[in-house]
Amino acid sequence: MEPIRKHSGLVYPINRSNIDTDQIIPKQFLKRIERQGFGQFLFYNWRFDNEGNKRKDFSLNDAKYDGASILVAGENFGCGSSREHAPWALQDFGFKVIIASSFADIFYNNCVKNGILPVQLSEQQTKELVEKSEGKSYTLSVDLEKQIVFDSEGFKADFELKNYLREMLLNGWDEIAVTLTHEDRIDAYEKANA
Amino acid sequence: MGKPKTIIEKIWDRHVVHQEPNKPDLIYIDLQLVHEVTSPQAFEGLRMKGRSVRRPDRTFATMDHNVPTIARHIINDPVSKKQMETLKENCKEFNVPLADIDHPDQGIVHVIGPELGLTQPGKTIVCGDSHTSTHGAFGALAFGIGTSEVEHVLATQTLWQAPPKTMNVQVTGKLSPAVTAKDLILAIIAKFGVRFGTGYVIEYTGEAIRNLSMEERMTVCNMSIEAGARAGLISPDQTTFDYLENRRHVPKGEAFDKVVKDWSSLATDDGAHYDATVEIDADEVEPQVTWGTNPSMCIPVSGQIPAPESAKSEAAKEEIERALEYMGLEANQPISSVNIDHVFIGSCTNSRISDLRRAAKVVEGKTVHSAVHAMVVPGSQTVKLAAEAEGLDKIFTAAGFEWREAGCSMCLAMNDDIVPPGERCASTSNRNFEGRQGNGARTHLVSPEMAAAAAVEGRFVDVRNYLATPV
Ligand code: SF4
Repeated sequence: MEPIRKHSGLVYPINRSNIDTDQIIPKQFLKRIERQGFGQFLFYNWRFDNEGNKRKDFSLNDAKYDGASILVAGENFGCGSSREHAPWALQDFGFKVIIASSFADIFYNNCVKNGILPVQLSEQQTKELVEKSEGKSYTLSVDLEKQIVFDSEGFKADFELKNYLREMLLNGWDEIAVTLTHEDRIDAYEKANA
Repeated sequence: MGKPKTIIEKIWDRHVVHQEPNKPDLIYIDLQLVHEVTSPQAFEGLRMKGRSVRRPDRTFATMDHNVPTIARHIINDPVSKKQMETLKENCKEFNVPLADIDHPDQGIVHVIGPELGLTQPGKTIVCGDSHTSTHGAFGALAFGIGTSEVEHVLATQTLWQAPPKTMNVQVTGKLSPAVTAKDLILAIIAKFGVRFGTGYVIEYTGEAIRNLSMEERMTVCNMSIEAGARAGLISPDQTTFDYLENRRHVPKGEAFDKVVKDWSSLATDDGAHYDATVEIDADEVEPQVTWGTNPSMCIPVSGQIPAPESAKSEAAKEEIERALEYMGLEANQPISSVNIDHVFIGSCTNSRISDLRRAAKVVEGKTVHSAVHAMVVPGSQTVKLAAEAEGLDKIFTAAGFEWREAGCSMCLAMNDDIVPPGERCASTSNRNFEGRQGNGARTHLVSPEMAAAAAVEGRFVDVRNYLATPV
């Protein structure tokens, strides 16, 4: 996993609540057995029409947002299915940071495990970011060590992240390797509960 | 006696392997269930690092999401086929037991776990699937995980997890006849919203819950995730023990008596504290139908589709407008005036033998409406055989239903069972998200009885009157 400390990038806003993982990546694209290559299917049913042509009315298709790496959305982002293909698709498409006023639990975890930084801000703050970036080319910065989001126009917001998750993102840890340092405890537990 | 505890805390305390400050707990996982869609990258991860599966004996795999439900061995999509073959190869390489497509135990992962007695009170159970919450019906702590965590559990049989907050969803009163567990959980989500459970493990309590059969309890716990909760559970009782007795993986004889004693001690203590409590009165629950694109967009069958103007906020108003447009519905339209094109009876929410029995009772001697395509997909091969032994398949096929092989099927339309764009389906599954049953498909979630009645009438009808009217 790639560590993430500081990141600045173009913001893509999607002003909807309850965006579920079925929308982030529809099930017909879950059949691959690899981790890579899911970006092309991101928001597929919103981005493409039935003939596979890009929909003009879906803003992610707007050239203005080409290369966006920070996604801003409404509440309960990533609800529904546990599919890790959702963060894989977001990451493969180029997103490194997801900002929302709330996240679904499994999705939130899945992001961190893949080196995507989920940032929870207040409803007011996400709204402000949506307004700043809708139809415009707008750049935002995130500093994970300081746990702040800021822009050059004076916007600044703190965010919370559990210590352990922060360390994991900062260091790009292989979690299994960390756990295996406690293998003696696992052995002992199994012995005691056999 | 110490401080009274909830079942959630009791299970947690039993499973902590390691604790240190500023970190989640490392908890032991008793059982991991595996299916073909969320596991290939996990096995690949093990292979890349030269790791093995720590406890193949605590791991159990099946194929369900992609499998064809007719012509079992003709898998038209080469990518589906590859995914199923990959699971087979992975299970062989890592010694994981597998109920593959030819196996008599094959079925939806959340149907077969309980059926085989793998699911037991007090266990920690995970699966790379959000509806793992189903197994909570037995008083197990069961939750869905992502593929990275699947790999972590395969390698270590543990997970790092922060202790969850606890919520009591107390269901007082009694459900009326022909009002089902499905209606209850839909009504709970309609009342409290799709996020109220986020960050919590829910325990369902109260008289109405105690009166549910095991299969009904599974329907309730199954949809906990649709309320945002990763897990939902019910303290085990005699209903639980009776269901489990003599199941294949459950201890027998004296060992069973012993384990029941232990299981009995898991139930939440009187006076235990929850971080949150909500209440709902079962007496007031009517048969439910969802009208929108998330499970909280749900009304009683006697109700009308809401108008955007009724929304509390601008965002909610826009959500209703978008849902109405996607669903092709008008504000204030009675839900009973909506015609349907498909009926799907199946999924890990409602495809067990009792679900099929109740649906069959509604359709017996009747005919599926000429404009409706209807199918029944049993949750497992075992359910299918049991239904056939009782002649349920004959009742369904005589009425004009298709009778299929076991799998997830039209719940998520990953195989060939797809609702075409713009068409409308009454479905006993758990998600009515945009495109869930096919690109542009319109899903209405209902109970098996309601789905069966809708199949006959071609529209939604109140199954309570329906059952009362002689034909
Ligand atoms: S039946 Fe539907 S919800 Fe259940 S496991 Fe299969 S796809 Fe998931």
